[in-house]
Amino acid sequence: MRRLLYLLPALLLAVLLFRFVTPLLRGDDPSRIASVLIGKPVPNFALASLDGTPGPSSDKHILSSASLRGQITLVNFFASWCTPCRAEHPTLMRVAASKKAVVIGIAYKDDPMASAKFLAELGNPFAQVGVDRAGATGIEFGLTGVPETFVIDAKGIVRFRHVGPLLERDVADKILPLLAKLKNEQ
Amino acid sequence: MIAELGQFALSLALIAAIAQAILSLVGAHRIDARFMAAGARAASLQAGSLAFAFGVLLWSHAQDDFSVRNVSENGHRLKPMLYKLAGAWGNHEGSMLLWILVLAAFGAAVALRGRQLPATLRARVVGVQGLIGIGFVLFVVLASNPLARMFPVPFEGNDLNPILQDPALAAHPPFLYLGYVGFSVAFSFAIAALLEGRVDPAWARWVRPWTLAAWCCLTLGIALGSWWAYYELGWGGWWFWDPVENASLMPWLSGTALLHSAVVVEKRDALKSWTVLLAILTFALSLVGTFLVRSGVLSSVHAFAVDPARGVFVLVLLALTVGGALTLYAWRAPQLKLGGLFRPISREGALVLNNLLLTTACATVFVGTLYPLFLDATQGRSVSVGPPYYLRSFTPLMVGLLVAMAAGPLLAWKRGDLAAALQRLWVALLALLIVASLTWYVQGGGPWLALVGFGLGAWTIVGAATDLAERVRLFRVPLSSSSARFANLPRSAIGAAIAHAGLGIAVVGMTGSALWQSERVLTMQVGEKVEIAGYTLTFDGVHKEPGANYVAERGAFRLQRGNGDGLGTMTPERRFYPSQRTTTTEAAIRTTGLADLYVVIGEPDGNGTVVRVWHHPFVPWIWGGAIVMVAGGLLSLADRRLRVGAPRASTPGKVAANVVAADA
Amino acid sequence: MKRLLLLLLLLLALPAFAVEPSEQLKDPQQEKRAREISRQLRCVVCQNESIDSSNADIARDLRLAVRERIRAGDDDEAVIAWVRQRYGDFVLLQPPLNASTAPLWFGPPGLLLIAIIALALRARRVRPAEPAPLTPEEARRLAALERDL
Repeated sequence: MRRLLYLLPALLLAVLLFRFVTPLLRGDDPSRIASVLIGKPVPNFALASLDGTPGPSSDKHILSSASLRGQITLVNFFASWCTPCRAEHPTLMRVAASKKAVVIGIAYKDDPMASAKFLAELGNPFAQVGVDRAGATGIEFGLTGVPETFVIDAKGIVRFRHVGPLLERDVADKILPLLAKLKNEQ
Repeated sequence: MIAELGQFALSLALIAAIAQAILSLVGAHRIDARFMAAGARAASLQAGSLAFAFGVLLWSHAQDDFSVRNVSENGHRLKPMLYKLAGAWGNHEGSMLLWILVLAAFGAAVALRGRQLPATLRARVVGVQGLIGIGFVLFVVLASNPLARMFPVPFEGNDLNPILQDPALAAHPPFLYLGYVGFSVAFSFAIAALLEGRVDPAWARWVRPWTLAAWCCLTLGIALGSWWAYYELGWGGWWFWDPVENASLMPWLSGTALLHSAVVVEKRDALKSWTVLLAILTFALSLVGTFLVRSGVLSSVHAFAVDPARGVFVLVLLALTVGGALTLYAWRAPQLKLGGLFRPISREGALVLNNLLLTTACATVFVGTLYPLFLDATQGRSVSVGPPYYLRSFTPLMVGLLVAMAAGPLLAWKRGDLAAALQRLWVALLALLIVASLTWYVQGGGPWLALVGFGLGAWTIVGAATDLAERVRLFRVPLSSSSARFANLPRSAIGAAIAHAGLGIAVVGMTGSALWQSERVLTMQVGEKVEIAGYTLTFDGVHKEPGANYVAERGAFRLQRGNGDGLGTMTPERRFYPSQRTTTTEAAIRTTGLADLYVVIGEPDGNGTVVRVWHHPFVPWIWGGAIVMVAGGLLSLADRRLRVGAPRASTPGKVAANVVAADA
Repeated sequence: MKRLLLLLLLLLALPAFAVEPSEQLKDPQQEKRAREISRQLRCVVCQNESIDSSNADIARDLRLAVRERIRAGDDDEAVIAWVRQRYGDFVLLQPPLNASTAPLWFGPPGLLLIAIIALALRARRVRPAEPAPLTPEEARRLAALERDL
């Protein structure tokens, strides 16, 4: 019993070390935070639609949470001033071209003119673009910055969140399999 | 060429460390004086080689030798010389070299100056220092070489982050490492004692000065860091409960506990295996700190840039060092003889309470720092642990500690009389009540924490004075007799009382600045006035002012007491450093010793200049208290008893400080 | 990755530009509440800083959102709950008390309690023998020693 007491520090150290090795070897990014939205309904929002991007909504001038229902959507927050958005743009174009989800854009804290120019220059992957000038909808989504991407199923439940620019790898490994799964659920 | 010589010195240091470890430990095992002497020489060689390598790094920085990657990444031709030199340790590789230099210097100091130690114990201590040295020198050589060259050679360096170009921050890392790494000696002593199977009062007397020297350096290092944060970060915060700060606080807390438990071993031959464990844990926490700062497992506002590969390396070293030590502990500690018995109410009992509270406080910080990581790894949940957590978990422990701190020294060894001790503390109790009521009156009620903080600060300071007064029997014997007694008091007793009072002073500072600060944030135009805490500041505008390697926008504020006499001008600055495209704020601080007035200018907005003014009551006391604590520690180091039994050599602790200061 | 500047330190360098005068609420009582709440909410992009002392855009947005909620008449708890609903437990600088954070809150005090109980039990078991009263000879010597002191 007494001996066991003396062994305790060593055992504790072993447990602690094990706990440290796992995240370190996984190469976790400590600044990554889990989203609270996963598994929850998409937050309520209603945004003016960017001119020239008529979307799935019945009202072509409003992009709202209600208008996302009934289809699998991929919601991407972007801004013309954001460099990583520029980098992920071709990837988004390819996701849109695959037609596996309706790709929706939300221009975060961006001048609508600048957003329109950005899309005209790089191509427009979005079925519809909402204008979130004040960033209020961003807060509703728990946004930490742009770009961020959400996958929402047909029932309007958030299923996936990606922080930072989408890479081909993210699409191939996470998004496409998820979209296929959601398709089956339907 | 010079850098290559430094590289060579690093390799030599590695070989020397291996020799130091093997020769010393084998020599101690065989009781072979020649082996042990050779091990001691290897320790000097290791320290000398590393000092040379560090000198080379300093020289490269001073010369702006941009072919050395470390210099090109942190140097700049226009940087003032002090910061060129500080650039050598203001980054991961350079600071790691400083780290191993301090480690080797402490090893060499034991080898050279620890003559009063039994030969085998000394050799084992030196050998264990060598073992730790092997691992960390290897780390520097393989994974973070500060002297690596780069090609092509850039024309200009990247410069050191401007907010690090500061005198306090230039001195902060060396002191921090002297503290962190200084605890390695206590660790090595613990391992040596376990190997020898003997812990006795003599052992405690030998290990205490080293621990105390490291503790003084760490205290100073932490104080410098927080002082820097206070004046440089632009809003007067001095402690953020950030993981990196916590990393330095944890060894401080357990090191403080170690200092106190070693007293019990020294005086009463009790608490032996606990003290050995504390010595191991304190250095382990230093290593944890090194790991946290350099691995990036925790995000922190002031961690070094993240490199998981290095994190794994440090983790392996930590596992080997601490794992080995704790395994040895589990094996050998049960064989240590139980020491003297004592009643719960006694000096020993009070010191046990001190240890319980300090280690619990340390555990609180440890859990608070690492739990988010643990929870993320096990449940994928993200939580944050911030100041409100520590206010609720850490502060109560400190309150308990402060309450006990005044009474402890007044209890007798073995069997104390708590009632009598409390009776003698009536002045302190009176001070507590007066200060608390005054606080109540001044702030018109709550926050109650201010009552507790100021009251306990007074209690601690007066309690420390009572301790000394009791020892010299002040007012109970003639004053001349008291002063004669005072002259005969052991310096360690005076030092302890001073250190305790220092903590009381710091507590007053922390309480005042946390609870009584006031703030004004506003946009000002030229000629506008702002009032705070009875002062009036008149804004005289902003003008440009060139600096050595920056351009400053300097604001001018005329300061008056109320509407009365002018007290001069306060000139906060915003500095733009073109080489890093960084802007820093330089607060203007006017101190009365009792409170600071703190002015910062921000960017101009449409209606004028954004101005922030703070009044920080008692904030200078935080660092004043820290300095008093260090002074108490140094006085204690000068104790003549620590030299007793040292017929040939002088105080080890003092020597440690000297040797290391000379080497670093 | 290899550039070992204290990059993140930069983020800390800027809090001087935290709460801007233009953000503040007119009502000083409400503004005070807003500051108090902001100090308990963690900035989501700048690690270990409250939104009150952070200069990040998103922190500013959250400061404004907090003030918006206060103006709308929410009490402090409702405001914090509003932010928590969107950003999760991560934003609370004081971790909530629940099953998964119980060790965080009760671990160290629990250990302290166990240690105190264990020590108390041991103290009852091993009692140092009462020292024998002083013999007259010892008492005389003690008195002499005390006189000399």
